[in-house]
This record gives sequence, structure tokens and C-alpha cells, in this order.
Amino acid sequence: MTPDGLPIRILLAKLGFDGHDRGLKVIARSLRDAGCEVVYLGLRQTTESVVIAAEQEDVAVIGISMHNAGHLTLGPMMVQAVADAGLDIPVIIGGIVPAADVPTLKSAGIFDVLGPGTPLETVVATVHAAAAAHPGSSV
Amino acid sequence: MSEGGAPDALLAEATDGSRRALGRLITIAESGGPSADALDRAMVGRPGPGWIVGIVGAPGVGKSTLTGRLAAGAAGGRPAEGAPRVAVIAVDPSSPLTGGAILGDRIRMQGLGDPRDVFVRSMAHRGAAGGLAGAVPIAVRVLGAVGVEVVIVETVGVGQIELEIIHVADTVIAALSAGWGDAIQASKAGLLEVADLLVVNKADRHGAADAVRDLEQMLDAGTATALGPDETWRPPVLTTVATAGTGVAELWTAATAHRAWLIATDRLARRRDDRRRHEIGRRAIDILAREVDQRVAALGPTAAAATPEEAARRVVRQVRAGGD
Repeated sequence: MTPDGLPIRILLAKLGFDGHDRGLKVIARSLRDAGCEVVYLGLRQTTESVVIAAEQEDVAVIGISMHNAGHLTLGPMMVQAVADAGLDIPVIIGGIVPAADVPTLKSAGIFDVLGPGTPLETVVATVHAAAAAHPGSSV
Repeated sequence: MSEGGAPDALLAEATDGSRRALGRLITIAESGGPSADALDRAMVGRPGPGWIVGIVGAPGVGKSTLTGRLAAGAAGGRPAEGAPRVAVIAVDPSSPLTGGAILGDRIRMQGLGDPRDVFVRSMAHRGAAGGLAGAVPIAVRVLGAVGVEVVIVETVGVGQIELEIIHVADTVIAALSAGWGDAIQASKAGLLEVADLLVVNKADRHGAADAVRDLEQMLDAGTATALGPDETWRPPVLTTVATAGTGVAELWTAATAHRAWLIATDRLARRRDDRRRHEIGRRAIDILAREVDQRVAALGPTAAAATPEEAARRVVRQVRAGGD
């Protein structure tokens, strides 16, 4: 819930050629159970299609799942695409990301990185923190 | 960008083609309360969309895929500037337990041309009855006000009686799929009664021809009874394979013919007037329901001495005495 008592809207997607969406579906379900409205974009998105959907859906948070080692390329690209559109929406990355890459991603503007084994409560808390840290992204 | 800004500024930006502003306006419409009321007030006197099409049907018959195909076909060329010609509102259910929702209609609407041609918004129904989100009517007004010409509203996968859509749409398309039921199913009240067009999707599957035949028989029987003397529209029965796009152009042509019939017989204006009355009535009931809830919550222990009916009548008297 936002401070207004409205559900947090979050967009979940995978970018490019990355076919492993099982984890993302689990996350979608967990966020639903935590009271979020999850706009599920699924597989084979581009940074552009994510931005267009984020605008139309007016989401507070973007969650990107990555399992193809493209995070150092696509993560910053995603953040840049969001900024280029003039949006203030935090981007969270989940999936397989080596710990050594996390500082790089955070310094590129990724809000947080959630690796394998992250408790679902932590996922939910991170989404809430991201929405709260970017109040401009929700009404 | 005017974050959470005044409705007029956002309306102007959305009219100029800002997806972000339009997305934000629909969030305001969904949020209800004073900000939604202020938005609605800012839209008084602005035109509504030229045409509102509703898609109803049970879960899994292919409504989202069909909706995406229809929207892409209707969009044609995008205007050089301004809002897109076509918008989709896709409603999915909210969990009654947590209020959360997975809005998954959008993934069925991909790869159908340039996403900038069609504005797609997913909406959780947030507990509203009737298969639509409560914010749909105001969201439709927003879309019309910024220049969207055609709005397609896809309902929650409803079965038979969740038919709030008839209070929103000009033209209702009921989607079924092969093997959905038999002639008795077809003659039941509900979904099929309110459809202006019937489409059997997944028509490449076994049983599609049977479904078409059963529906036609239902309509044959209906013309003698349910349709009054001034009803001159017989819902056509069409077939589609939405995943392949087969039959979609024909479905859209038939829907366009329905719109022309509505206009030619002066029904479009009448339907819209009826809908506005319905919305006013619904909102009045909502206001009263809130007052009743407050008074019921405040009932003292004496209420136990009265029958529920007597206590209820007392509550109604209190509400009546307190109003303006």
C-alpha cells in the first residue's frame, strides 16, 4: 500500500533473449499476495517497451529479472531509458547477478539487486522502499 | 512534468500526446476520492470517446488476444501528434483477501504493431461488482477528453451475470470458444442476452461449428420472444482464431455495422443517457451505503432488542433525517 492506502503498482519484465521466467512468476505471485498490483509483461521485452508500458500503466516500480549475464549492459540501459523518458521510477534487478557486479549496478542507478535465495519478505520490503524513495512515481 | 498536478495541466499534456500524463490521469481516476472528483469536474463539457466497445466472456476464451488484435486493426495509422486513436482498458480481478492483483492481459497484446498506436491500461477491479473496475466510467471519460476515438474495454473473465459492461459500452462483443456449452447453455439468461455480437474464438478447434449452430438457434428462438417489436438488430455470430488474426477484420466490420445501426436508429444517444443515469444511481447508492455503514457501526446495545428489520428501518430514518 502507498501512504494513500492505494495498492503499489509494479511492472515485471524480462529483457531480450532470456527465457527463464519461473522466478519472475513466483515474485509476481508474492507481490500480489502482498497487496501489489503487478503488471506482468513477461518475456522478450526491450527497454523501450518497458518504458512505454511503465508510462501507460503509471507504475511506481520496475522490476527486471535477469538470468543471461546481460545485467551489466541491460541494467544501466534500462535506467537510462527510464531517465530519458523523464520518468522517476526506481528499477530493481532480480535474478543471477554476481556479488561483485552489484556495486557497479547500484552506481549506475539500479535501486537494488535481489539475488537467489532472497526471502520473499525482503523482496516485498524492497519494493515498498523503492516506491517510498521515489514518491513522484506514485500519486 | 507536473507530477500529480492539476487535472487541467495533465489533460492538456495528455491531449498533446504524453503517455505519462494520460497514465497519471487514469491513476487519479482509479484512486477515487476528492482528486478523482476534481478530475471528473474538469472533464464536464469535454467530449467522450466516439465509440466504446466492450469485450466479455469466460476466462480463457481469448479475450485479451482478441482485444489486442481488434485494437491494432482499429488503430490504423497513428495521428502525427496528440493522443492515440485507440485505447484499451483491460480489467483483471483483485484478490479479495489481499487486494493485490496480477494484471496479465497485456502480455497477450504484444507484437501487434507499434505500441504507440494504442494506449493500453491494465486495471484491477478492486472489489467492484459486475466484472468491471469502478473507475472504468471515469477512465473512459478521461480517454475521450484527451482525444481517444475508440475505447475497447476488456472485462474480467466473467461468466453469466457479471455484466456491468452494458452500462459502459456502446457495443458489446461476447466471446466464446468452441466447446463452451450446448443449446440449453445458450438459452440461459445473462451474457448472451446483452451481446450485440457473438464471436466463437479458437474456431480452428473441434466443436466450433456446433457452437455457431447452437448460438444461431438460440437467436432464432429469441427473435420471437425477447426482442421487442422495435428491435431490428440480430446479433451476428462470427468466428475467429485470434492468435492467428483470422476473422478479426470481419469481426471489426460487423461491430462497425452495429455502431452505424445505433446511430441510424438514434440509440447511441439514448444508451449513453441511460448509462449516465445508471452511474448517477450507482454513485448515490454508494454514498448512502457509506452513511448506512457508519450508523450501523454506531448502533448501541439497544439494537439487540429490535428485530434486524426494525433496527434497519431506524437506521434509514436516521440517514434520511441527517441528509441535506
